[in-house]
Amino acid sequence: MLVQGVLIDDTFAEAFTMRVARLVITARTPRWAREAALKLTGFATSVIGCKCEAGIERELSEGETPDARPGTSVLFFTMDKESLPPQLISRIGQTVLTCPTTACFDGLPDVPDRLPVGKALRAFGDGFQVSKVVGERRFWRIPVMEGEFLVAETFGMQKGVGGGNFLILAEHADAALGAAEAAVAAIARQPGVILPFPGGVVRSGSKVGSKRYKKMVATTNDAFCPTLRGVTESQLPAGVNSVLEIVLDGTDAPAIEGAMREGIRAACRPGVKVITAGNYGGKLGPHHFHLRRIMNGAAGPA
Amino acid sequence: MSLTLTLQTPPTVPLEAEVLSPARLAGLSARDAAKLSVIHGNQRADLGEFFQIGDTADGELHLTGDLTRVKLIGAGMAEGRVVVHGPAGMHVGAGMTGGEIVVEGDAGDWVGLEMSGGRIVVKGNAGHMVGGAPRGGSAGMRGGEIIVLGNVGNETGNGMRRGLIAIGGDAGDFAGVNAIAGTVVVLGQIGWRAGAGMKRASIVSMHPAELLPTFTYDCTYAPLFLRLYLRHLRGLGLAVADAQVNGLYQRWSGDGVELNRGEVLLFQSADGAREG
Repeated sequence: MLVQGVLIDDTFAEAFTMRVARLVITARTPRWAREAALKLTGFATSVIGCKCEAGIERELSEGETPDARPGTSVLFFTMDKESLPPQLISRIGQTVLTCPTTACFDGLPDVPDRLPVGKALRAFGDGFQVSKVVGERRFWRIPVMEGEFLVAETFGMQKGVGGGNFLILAEHADAALGAAEAAVAAIARQPGVILPFPGGVVRSGSKVGSKRYKKMVATTNDAFCPTLRGVTESQLPAGVNSVLEIVLDGTDAPAIEGAMREGIRAACRPGVKVITAGNYGGKLGPHHFHLRRIMNGAAGPA
Repeated sequence: MSLTLTLQTPPTVPLEAEVLSPARLAGLSARDAAKLSVIHGNQRADLGEFFQIGDTADGELHLTGDLTRVKLIGAGMAEGRVVVHGPAGMHVGAGMTGGEIVVEGDAGDWVGLEMSGGRIVVKGNAGHMVGGAPRGGSAGMRGGEIIVLGNVGNETGNGMRRGLIAIGGDAGDFAGVNAIAGTVVVLGQIGWRAGAGMKRASIVSMHPAELLPTFTYDCTYAPLFLRLYLRHLRGLGLAVADAQVNGLYQRWSGDGVELNRGEVLLFQSADGAREG
């Protein structure tokens, strides 16, 4: 299969079921909402080393937020339901509570599985905190030096999908980077998806385990490293000299599928030879995103 | 299908009609509904002696006529909707836990007495003790919302523990007296001694008010939680101005003779956009 002259490999991305929460951070200006979101989602690229994955879903207008202020929507992923609350509590407490003018609302208010995040954060108020119920939702007002920090008492948690991916195999590094940037820009317009890595791009894709070091959980994906073409079982076609990966986490499989379709389409440009994907032979993750099915617009992942 | 009851024989003395709720009338034929007991003064009577009853109901109840002397409309209801097309008597929605009551006209005293959930909307004026505790009772409303578009009497939110009371017009004296928690918002003028004896509640006034000396000035700021409340109230039909949503409020803590954890917020100006 060719898309704009770029070969779409007959393979699939293998992804995992994760737990996801959506946070809506508002502030006096878009700048401060984004400042808090950037800190909140810092060092949250992969569960391998960060224990969580997070990213900015999109900017929100004043008409889309509970308090009619500009905001930012953030998606937050962990591998299991137990590890999501402590991540949210510590990160919101250190990055959103501390940021001028912000408030933090639940972006999944209708989800039945609730995490008592604001209920834990309220203790920072040292007994001076106040709760208020607006409609059916309880909020905590925590007094701070600036005025008050407002946070939802609970946040919804649902199943999500983490680890959707595709690899851009290009003739040279500039072509790979340009294609990756185009893919990120296209995916940024897709709802329900985040790209947790820096700028949405990964240059250091990994394989499970190590050939040499027993304690290493993940090591470099040598099969896709151009500098190792001659010393390992390379999977790089001739003429490929640089590879970048796009990793996607989403609220559900259709969100990932739609984002992959748009991202791959944008990445198929001059200098790119092949689009492929990372998987573990289909033995680890329950979600398989077949590249050719996605690009054909076929039904969801097998 | 809704059920309509029309008051044909106005009671000469107060009529206690707790049966005027969707659950009590659900599934009953007009004949069976007419046999439901009410208390007329100190005498037991049948509902049918006063009301003409339409077809059976499925959760929505419409009451028409001058129900000024009909008490306890919607008392104890947990779901469904009651619309009073005219004035209603005392104790509308007393003890209700859910559902909605809309009074198109005025309502008597003790609207939402000891209610714990649901919503009451009074489009006219209401009497004293809106959401308040009964005399001798320890607490007023425990949850839910009471919205009065007009004016109310004294002791609004007396002893309230939770919930929201919003008044579109003026409130009399002692709003939020002895309140344990909850929120009272008054868009019009507020009377004397607001928050007297309160523990943790919030009282919001859009006009200056003379507070008791046991209240202490804290600061002037733009309380974010109030934006949520005011936008919510605007959606329920109250005339909330943008200046009030975005504005600055003086915060006063009190009552110092109690826990001193309550607050009175007095609207000061529309300059909130310049504050943090």
